[in-house]
Amino acid sequence: MTDVLPFTDGELAAIRGDFPILTRTVRDGRPLVYLDSGATSHKPTQVLDAERAFYEQHNAAVHRGAHQLAEEATDDFEAARATVASFIGAPADEVVFTKNATEAINLVAYAFSNAAPTDDPKDERFVLRPGDEILVTEMEHHANLVPWQELARRTGATLRWVPVAADGALDLTGLDDLLTERTKVFAFTHVSNVLGTVNPVAELAERAHAVGALVVVDACQSVPHLAVDVATLGADFVAFSGHKMYGPMGVGVLWGRGELLEVMPPFLTGGSMIELVTMERSTYAPAPQKFEAGVPNAAQAVALAAAVRWVEALGIERIHAHEAALVDLLQRGLAERPWVRVVGPPLGTPRGGAVAFVVDGVHAHDVGQVLDDAGVAVRVGHHCAWPLHRVLGATATTRASFAVHNTVAEVEALLAALDRVPVVFGLHTEREAS
Amino acid sequence: MDLYQELILEHSKRPHHAGLREPFDAEVHHINPTCGDEVTLRVDVSGTGADAVVTDVSYEAQGCSISVASSSVLAEEVIGHPVVEALETFEAMRAMLTSRGQVAGDETVIGDGVAFAGVSKYPARVKCALLGWTAFTDALARAGVDITSTSSASPQGVSS
Repeated sequence: MTDVLPFTDGELAAIRGDFPILTRTVRDGRPLVYLDSGATSHKPTQVLDAERAFYEQHNAAVHRGAHQLAEEATDDFEAARATVASFIGAPADEVVFTKNATEAINLVAYAFSNAAPTDDPKDERFVLRPGDEILVTEMEHHANLVPWQELARRTGATLRWVPVAADGALDLTGLDDLLTERTKVFAFTHVSNVLGTVNPVAELAERAHAVGALVVVDACQSVPHLAVDVATLGADFVAFSGHKMYGPMGVGVLWGRGELLEVMPPFLTGGSMIELVTMERSTYAPAPQKFEAGVPNAAQAVALAAAVRWVEALGIERIHAHEAALVDLLQRGLAERPWVRVVGPPLGTPRGGAVAFVVDGVHAHDVGQVLDDAGVAVRVGHHCAWPLHRVLGATATTRASFAVHNTVAEVEALLAALDRVPVVFGLHTEREAS
Repeated sequence: MDLYQELILEHSKRPHHAGLREPFDAEVHHINPTCGDEVTLRVDVSGTGADAVVTDVSYEAQGCSISVASSSVLAEEVIGHPVVEALETFEAMRAMLTSRGQVAGDETVIGDGVAFAGVSKYPARVKCALLGWTAFTDALARAGVDITSTSSASPQGVSS
């Protein structure tokens, strides 16, 4: 990677100035130190303005009506699609707007069960039968696990999973036994929302394709933080959410290869997604409309496009470098505290924007409460990755996750607040490491 | 920070009546899906109807200080007490915990439970404090005790 310029203090101040919420205080007047962007990011003014402007100036149900507002709303919605598609290196008609990433993954999972053997000829790649297998990994967010469990239940297919190794990477030693001609779909995350592990998507996709399996990638924790180009990623489907990348809640994205979207059965059906409807049956519009039943979330899509433009103006490489420096700083700070155990790849290994850890003898809920008391907002719990936490031997972890507006001072604030944890809970540990 | 009263920290470090014991009439396993906290709880009841007495509550709690301490206080407050009284204590605890800081709690009814008054100001933690108590009422019901005089619904947890 070429060297990227770090943000100057002035640039960082301007970035922070774009987020109205960062000016508020919490818990008796403390400045908000928001380290929970992995759960949901805050929204810059430009995004909020874009959503409001859509409603104030163009509001109409898109792809319907011949009036001027309907034209403008449709143009805005389709321009938003083109903006988001371009951001991930895709043609516009390969981008489907969904409610969120969870719906995007369900859309694919339901396509499989909607293609279950019936009278109609179906594309075999989307047909699952008993004996077929679905492969996932042990580090998945529930959003990329439960839909596949349910799909297995509906179709009689078998769910299998790639284990996680002690260093937080996928244990690929047994992959040849897990990924076979029986595997119809391999679903895995690009970047773990807990471990921060960056999975080798291209390598995994190549091995999946070699046995004829389709590849579904959960990119929720990668698209906001590092350059993602679906043309080179190697996956067949990529799902991510808008609200984790400075966009509004209520909009997610499914990217799919054009030729697959073309033959894939729809998930939700109804208005907008049809071509011809009679009382007996219907035919469907081409993708992406086929997968966008009902009046779509146009205002949110438009605001998501504004978020993309905001990110592009800063440069995703610079954002990534900025966050990586903070992740590194936090990891080093935690390493100086022997009563803290960081989960996931060791220091120096490429990581996403999240650092999760365990404080010896103190439950994550209690850690989070002490941090919250200092105005530091982190996530505690299993982060919707309960099976992974069983592997880690932790009921729950505390997770700090970064966005571009975070600062070195905020990492220091987290560490200072963390040092109160052993005090509050009366742990006798050597916590004086400098 | 008024959440972590000394009493709560004491109970969480050295939970009273911890461990699973025989004999018991019912055993339940409750989970807080938000954080994965778990409690396995047994009750032993003697007598019936208005004469029923909680002879033992034993448990294994895995979780945050609030949830572990809560199970400990629960055991402390109900063992050896009539079931009717135990259910009143539960109701009083629940009323306090779900009051958003409006109900201070009556020490004569909930004993050490008053230490949890601060929890009610933190909605995300109310479920932690109620985990053991809802497990307890569930176990009573499974032991054949009529708990319909109370409503054992717990506040909505946030799972993901």
